[in-house]
Amino acid sequence: MKEPETIRHGLRVITPGIKATIQDLGRKGIRHHGLARGGVLDLRSAGWANKLLDNDRNAACVEIVLGGFRAEALSACEVSVTGAQADVTVNGKAVEMWRSLQLAPGDELAIGHARHHRLIYLAVRGGFETKDWFGSRSVVVREGLEGAGPLEPEDILPAGSAEALQGTPRIAPPQAWQWLEQPPVLGLVPGYQYHQFQPADLRRLVTTEYQVSDESDRMGYRLAGTPMADPPPGIVSEGIVPGAVQVPGDGQPIALLADCQTIGGYPKPGIITSMDCGLLAQQLPGTQIRFEWTDVLSAQNQRRLFERHYHETVWSEDGRSLHWR
Amino acid sequence: MIEAAGEDALLIRFGDAIDSALPAQIAELCQRIEALELPWLVDLVPSYTTLLVIYDPITINVLDAKARLRPLLSETPSADQTKAEAADSRLIELPVYYSEETGPDLAWIAEQKGLSVQQVIDRHTADTYQVYAIGFAPGFGFMGQVDPSIACPRKDTPRTKVPAGSVGIANQQTAVYPKTSPGGWQLIGRCPTVLFDEENLSLLKAGDRVRFVSISREEYLAQGGQL
Repeated sequence: MKEPETIRHGLRVITPGIKATIQDLGRKGIRHHGLARGGVLDLRSAGWANKLLDNDRNAACVEIVLGGFRAEALSACEVSVTGAQADVTVNGKAVEMWRSLQLAPGDELAIGHARHHRLIYLAVRGGFETKDWFGSRSVVVREGLEGAGPLEPEDILPAGSAEALQGTPRIAPPQAWQWLEQPPVLGLVPGYQYHQFQPADLRRLVTTEYQVSDESDRMGYRLAGTPMADPPPGIVSEGIVPGAVQVPGDGQPIALLADCQTIGGYPKPGIITSMDCGLLAQQLPGTQIRFEWTDVLSAQNQRRLFERHYHETVWSEDGRSLHWR
Repeated sequence: MIEAAGEDALLIRFGDAIDSALPAQIAELCQRIEALELPWLVDLVPSYTTLLVIYDPITINVLDAKARLRPLLSETPSADQTKAEAADSRLIELPVYYSEETGPDLAWIAEQKGLSVQQVIDRHTADTYQVYAIGFAPGFGFMGQVDPSIACPRKDTPRTKVPAGSVGIANQQTAVYPKTSPGGWQLIGRCPTVLFDEENLSLLKAGDRVRFVSISREEYLAQGGQL
């Protein structure tokens, strides 16, 4: 991730916290080589971080796990911090999350520990122009590609644009973060081996609560609850997508996320919607979650509405609301 | 059969059991889908009996994507036709240095199966294998079917570190580990060929055929093999 010393526009990492990575919307067209999709775990928070800065929808940001991130501005730049609630300061002075922030050269941005949720997104005007692999800047650590690791102290993160935004700072409307405070109920689209599961087990899946376990990373979150009594046996390995919920022999579901493997042999009763993958990814170990059946078209509509809102709304002059074009 | 697999993928099933006729049939459908240059197509992930079609749900909805692909399925050639075509599919030769120093499970398999080490090598190199799927790790090709006389289960406890290039057997499957990684397959040798790099990506693709060729220690080293 280290860039030559000559880059003087952007941020210098002082402390990255644990497992902070650069992510955009993930890679396309490479899964048949066995490469994961990657990409931000929480589409909503990362989307708002970019929207606050009028960035390209696919602009790369820093995905910070549990907070504890500090960086110095190498130049004047504009940033935003969204996601799990944390104390954020610039040169020790408290600032708000979910808004655009101007940094002057030498300013130190510090993001404290995440409260209640897991992931914090830091975006910069123009996006972070770090190294890309196969057309995406997303870092999938477990693949061990050259230079694709978590952020380290002294890493330089070049910003894509030096231009400051015009007008007053932007402040995200409450809809940007209110969803995060709702009880985590995850939309599940029936699919794959749905019909091979016992009706009682399918009922259990949507009527009991599951606890997010400690074994949770960008590949997937293990969930613990009343185990399924009789999950189907292993299947011939088939292509899988992030969001798929696989149930191994112990009957405890594993929700696959952005860095998941491309094929797998466990049976799957359904797939979590892309938006709710973010809601799950934000939950801390020990949190109770619930599933609720939904259907493909509803899931697609929910996702499209979010994308349309991103592309087809503009900030009001006071920077406090958005209007459809 | 074509069904939704979540909001951005369709899963096409060609059968329920592993069948050596399927990889060519699936690869052929991939080619025909690619030829259409569909702007909403994101990726095609073939596996043993299925093809996962990943699409952009913002550009097209599930019903239209299904409708676009369904006619291609009815045109799918019969198994006999694809068997004939499979003869033309790409054949890749992978050199392997089979030895105690590169294949720590070679002697164990021989002993379990009541064969000599040379017989195990001969049987592994005698067959031409189908590449059924790429997965587990970048460039990792699942190949089969291994002669039942040398098929053996995975190790009870996977190794934490399998060296890059290691050739392994798990049941009736065989594969080469493209990179050093954890793994539970029984190791019989090592291949010096680069199976994955960032420029060319995976050397193998689903539908290819592979033949292993036994090479000496000297040849292995000369071809860039590491010990």
